[in-house]
Amino acid sequence: MLSDIALYGAIETGLIYGLVAFGIYLSFRVLDFPDLTVDGSFPLGAAVAAMLILAGWNPWIATGAAILAGMAAGAVTALLNVKLNILNLLASILTMIALYSVNLRIMGRPNVALLTEETVLTPWYDLGLAYHQVPVVLFVIVVLVSLILLWRFMKSETGLAMRATGANARMARAQGIATGGMIVLGVALSNGLVGLAGALFAQSQGAADVTMGVGVIVIGLASLIGGEAVITPSTVIRALIACVAGAIIYRLAIAFALNAEFLGLQSQDLNLITAVLVTLAIVLPGVRTSVAAKLTRNKA
Amino acid sequence: MAKKTLRTLIGATLLAAAGLAQGDEPRVVAVTQIVEHPALDAVYQGVRDELAEEGFTEGENLKIIHESAQGNAAIASQIARKFVGEGPDAIVAIATPSAQTMAAAARNIPVIFSAVTDPVGAKLVKSLEAPGANITGVTDMLPIERHIDLLERLVPDAKTIGTVYNPGEANAVALVDLLEERLQARGLTLAKAAATKTSEVLGAARSLVGKADAIYLTTDNTVISAAEAVVSVGERAKIPVFAADTATVSRGAVAALGFDYYDHGRQTGNMVARVLNGANPGEMPVESVDTLNLFVNPAAAERMGITLSDDVLNDAQEIVKSDK
Repeated sequence: MLSDIALYGAIETGLIYGLVAFGIYLSFRVLDFPDLTVDGSFPLGAAVAAMLILAGWNPWIATGAAILAGMAAGAVTALLNVKLNILNLLASILTMIALYSVNLRIMGRPNVALLTEETVLTPWYDLGLAYHQVPVVLFVIVVLVSLILLWRFMKSETGLAMRATGANARMARAQGIATGGMIVLGVALSNGLVGLAGALFAQSQGAADVTMGVGVIVIGLASLIGGEAVITPSTVIRALIACVAGAIIYRLAIAFALNAEFLGLQSQDLNLITAVLVTLAIVLPGVRTSVAAKLTRNKA
Repeated sequence: MAKKTLRTLIGATLLAAAGLAQGDEPRVVAVTQIVEHPALDAVYQGVRDELAEEGFTEGENLKIIHESAQGNAAIASQIARKFVGEGPDAIVAIATPSAQTMAAAARNIPVIFSAVTDPVGAKLVKSLEAPGANITGVTDMLPIERHIDLLERLVPDAKTIGTVYNPGEANAVALVDLLEERLQARGLTLAKAAATKTSEVLGAARSLVGKADAIYLTTDNTVISAAEAVVSVGERAKIPVFAADTATVSRGAVAALGFDYYDHGRQTGNMVARVLNGANPGEMPVESVDTLNLFVNPAAAERMGITLSDDVLNDAQEIVKSDK
């Protein structure tokens, strides 16, 4: 029912959004910082990578620059919050809106095509794999490397301090942790990951477009929450694996919805389905706990 | 000997059966569209109607699959993979982002794009005359020169032309750049006002008062969605408003020399039919819209302080009556 190409396409997009989910895990779960900057830093990563590739840079270095650009955007949001005391959600909305203009400035126009340029994917096509398998192989490696680096970071002293900041900022300060610095670092890392995702997406899609960030936060959240519903995030490594699993499952669900003519589903319905799924994923674990609580109370 | 004859006979029967099966199997055309709005929906309708006229009847010898990405780039990408995986006979990609995503995913399947203003700039084709690979289509590039001719005819003493546009829309930016260049070549200037959302169109139009002698709107989706705001400014400040698309004339613009996106879709459908009949897309030059109609609105002209001459009214294909 699902063709090979559609299946690999779903996994490919899922892997890219797995990086977004890593970023949202860092800001939303670890730091408890609802961050809408990602709707701007995703196209920012795409724009920076695209322009540098067009300027003749090595695509990997261009992708690295996209990560740095995303980190800078995240740092701006965090500084607005930490230094100017602007509510975190509002701070991220301000940066997101500003990034729309910044992205237009970077690209000089709303859409920059990469269809004929050399990208990080180009050399991999010579390996003899099927055309649609190449991005999956490369992105699996990128996601694995990011996962391991993130995991090790979270276990480091700085990572532990960051987790403490998110869990209880007052207690963390009492322990001598500079919580403001932790928020800046965490939100910057988060948006660096999203910038990386944007850069890879533009290279696999053949274009950077200023509108491609629309809804990234919702899809990232859907991936994160969906993944947590499947794999209980009891440890950091499980939480990170859940991010990737959730992103891929979400993409597979869309691929099936696109193929589910027999259910009467159309792509027009996807936004509604996403909203319903996210709501269910948020509500269901709570329902389960309250039912469990009731049962135990009755027993007692 | 008898064995050999038998084998030949079986082989021939099988071949004939295969040929028959191929004849009976409906041709598949997949249509992907970045977002749903009236102009792009009209393109889709035009494609279907033209295919029907060319002898491809849905449900008999033609199957059409249609998906919209609702403005979401990741869904557009998954639609592209779905189509490539199903291997249709031809793919129609409506608007620039859908066409680029399709071009990145499809290697051997013919792709016919529609409603793309600058196919070369979008790197869909190498040149308009010889696309080269598996992609060709119809561009909705406006006949800017003829539009300026019309402006000069209707408001001969205008020195500065104003326009409202969304700097985030690829098609609109390409058109505004071209407009500026062509106006300058004739010694005229362009006053630009940017609006990134429909709610900003009114303010942007107001900023043109005192600067522009006439306002001309391209086929910018954001601005056309809020065309009434520009019209109201034009009426109050007595600045005639012209449009590139004919639909805006009935919404209060003075005149437009434009095409219908339905006709655009018909032309696209015609290219699809030729591909289904065996033509090679790489050898089919990119086409531009060939039917232009002049729509005028005398009541709107009066409200904006100009009078349409009799010869303009005679040239018009349609005289819109709007009394408000």
